[in-house]
Amino acid sequence: MTTDSNPGLEDMYREVVMDHYRQPRGRTAIPSPDVTNVGFNPLCGDEIHIALKFTDGKVSAVQTSSHGCSISIASGSIMAEILKGKTREEAAKLIEAVRAVMRGEPGPAGVDMGDLEALRGVRKYPVRVKCALLPWMTLKDALEGGGEKPVTTEDEGPRGRLD
Amino acid sequence: MSFDTSAIRRDFPILARKIKGHRLVYLDNTATTQKPRAVIEAESRFYSTSNANVHRGIHTLAEEATAGYEEVREKTAKFVGAPDPRGIIFTRNATESINLVAQAWARHNLKPGDEILLTVMDHHSNLVPWQMVARETGAVLKHAGLTPEGLLDLADFRGKLGPRTKIAAFTHASNVLGTINPVAEMAAAARKTGTLVLVDGAQSAPHMAVNFPQIGADFFAFSAHKMLGPTGVGVLVGRPELLEKMEPFLGGGEMIREVRLESSTWNDLPWKFEAGTPNIAGVMAFGAALDYLSSLGMDAVRNHERELTAYALDKLESLGGVAVLGPRDPAKRGGVIAFNDASIHPHDLATVLDSDGVAIRAGHHCAQPLHRHLGLSASARASFYVYNDRDDVDALIAGLRHARSFFSIPSLSPRPGGRGEGEGGKGDS
Repeated sequence: MTTDSNPGLEDMYREVVMDHYRQPRGRTAIPSPDVTNVGFNPLCGDEIHIALKFTDGKVSAVQTSSHGCSISIASGSIMAEILKGKTREEAAKLIEAVRAVMRGEPGPAGVDMGDLEALRGVRKYPVRVKCALLPWMTLKDALEGGGEKPVTTEDEGPRGRLD
Repeated sequence: MSFDTSAIRRDFPILARKIKGHRLVYLDNTATTQKPRAVIEAESRFYSTSNANVHRGIHTLAEEATAGYEEVREKTAKFVGAPDPRGIIFTRNATESINLVAQAWARHNLKPGDEILLTVMDHHSNLVPWQMVARETGAVLKHAGLTPEGLLDLADFRGKLGPRTKIAAFTHASNVLGTINPVAEMAAAARKTGTLVLVDGAQSAPHMAVNFPQIGADFFAFSAHKMLGPTGVGVLVGRPELLEKMEPFLGGGEMIREVRLESSTWNDLPWKFEAGTPNIAGVMAFGAALDYLSSLGMDAVRNHERELTAYALDKLESLGGVAVLGPRDPAKRGGVIAFNDASIHPHDLATVLDSDGVAIRAGHHCAQPLHRHLGLSASARASFYVYNDRDDVDALIAGLRHARSFFSIPSLSPRPGGRGEGEGGKGDS
């Protein structure tokens, strides 16, 4: 590995991220979930399905199954792990925290970011921000009731597709 | 070898750039090509010495600008073997050229139930304009399929041509599969059913000798920026007798002969289709690009790319674990290689390659229906041009090896509570 000549590469592909990519959490099917949603990133064809189960107002099980690049898979895996035991309000706060990290802004106070900290390096790769946000925007839409229209991350990060 | 890539490389200032500490290896030529010094200077020279609007003034600068602009039109006609420069229309890009035909011909001539024949390998720019016109006119879209090898299914194409097929529009060379279509044969088949033919030459005109009359098409569209020229200049080649009968595309100055408050009459070809002030400096620079390509010789360009493609296909094959899209035979394809690594997503590949200075494309390359047809969501794509050589292919292969070693680094140790309920294993190979 040529760490010296590629200062940014390990910044994005941190060990924690790679671990989540290789061993994604939350892949077990949830029987009769309370919330489900599907998100797409039309730029790269990434797709994520999420399902949540709530018990006593808190997330008791999360399933994410995604088809995509390492960043979107890792982000979905981290989400599956970190959401457990959270209330809807706490989940909404986490979503805001992730978006803030991707914009390089200070997030809401008092949020334990856990493994999400590891996604910070993605910000240096603007076109990959959408990959990291896909699971979270899909979750946001699910928690807000969802809609007929599939979620996309087209409004997040820079635009533009050539040729 | 007569094709001296190292001399050619010296003509392209951008190739001296370092990307993240590495030599720039530019393999995204299907998206756009780099520009030689002659092209950059032609644009600058126009603004420095002859800038004026065309077809308007009586003064010296206006005359020079008009003469220079029209000279490039003649050069363009010669480049594609078109006998009459009146059939050369400057647009903004190949996309606009296709939209011009869709709006100025198809919208006025198609009736409900008429058919438009396209192919599943077409670029969005040769799909969407026809979808728009079909919705407006009630015409029906048909699409010819592919053979398992990734060639156009000619039998399917012929089978879908019928008396109701009013226009067939198809790519000359696929921007994903690389496939070069037998456009003359396709145009001849279309002629038998009285079907007009538009050939999307965005990926052929830059890479091989093109002869418009020999193809036998009615329209041929291409873009300057994909052939060493500037962005913002496209070409529509059309048969003048057909263009004469068409309504204008855009209205405004330049395209009119006489304007009254309520109505106007149209200018002659080709100006009828060039409303408003065109990209004059860009057209001048495009002229320099055509000169550059002509001095290399388009057959030599094609041979160079075919050899490089054959070399790259061999290298990718011996690397293993790479699925190349499109035909394996370099004689049947252009210098475009879209592929998928068995274990690494195209986006991740592109990021790692970029860290090595290698620029490739990752995504659906504006051919989403084709990817869906192939059961893929994305692919990585390397594409070659006149300044690429075997060192560039070797850099691509080295980058792929780098990506593989990068993504298979074993985690140092399992983190507590980390191993989840999942099956895992993604990217482990």
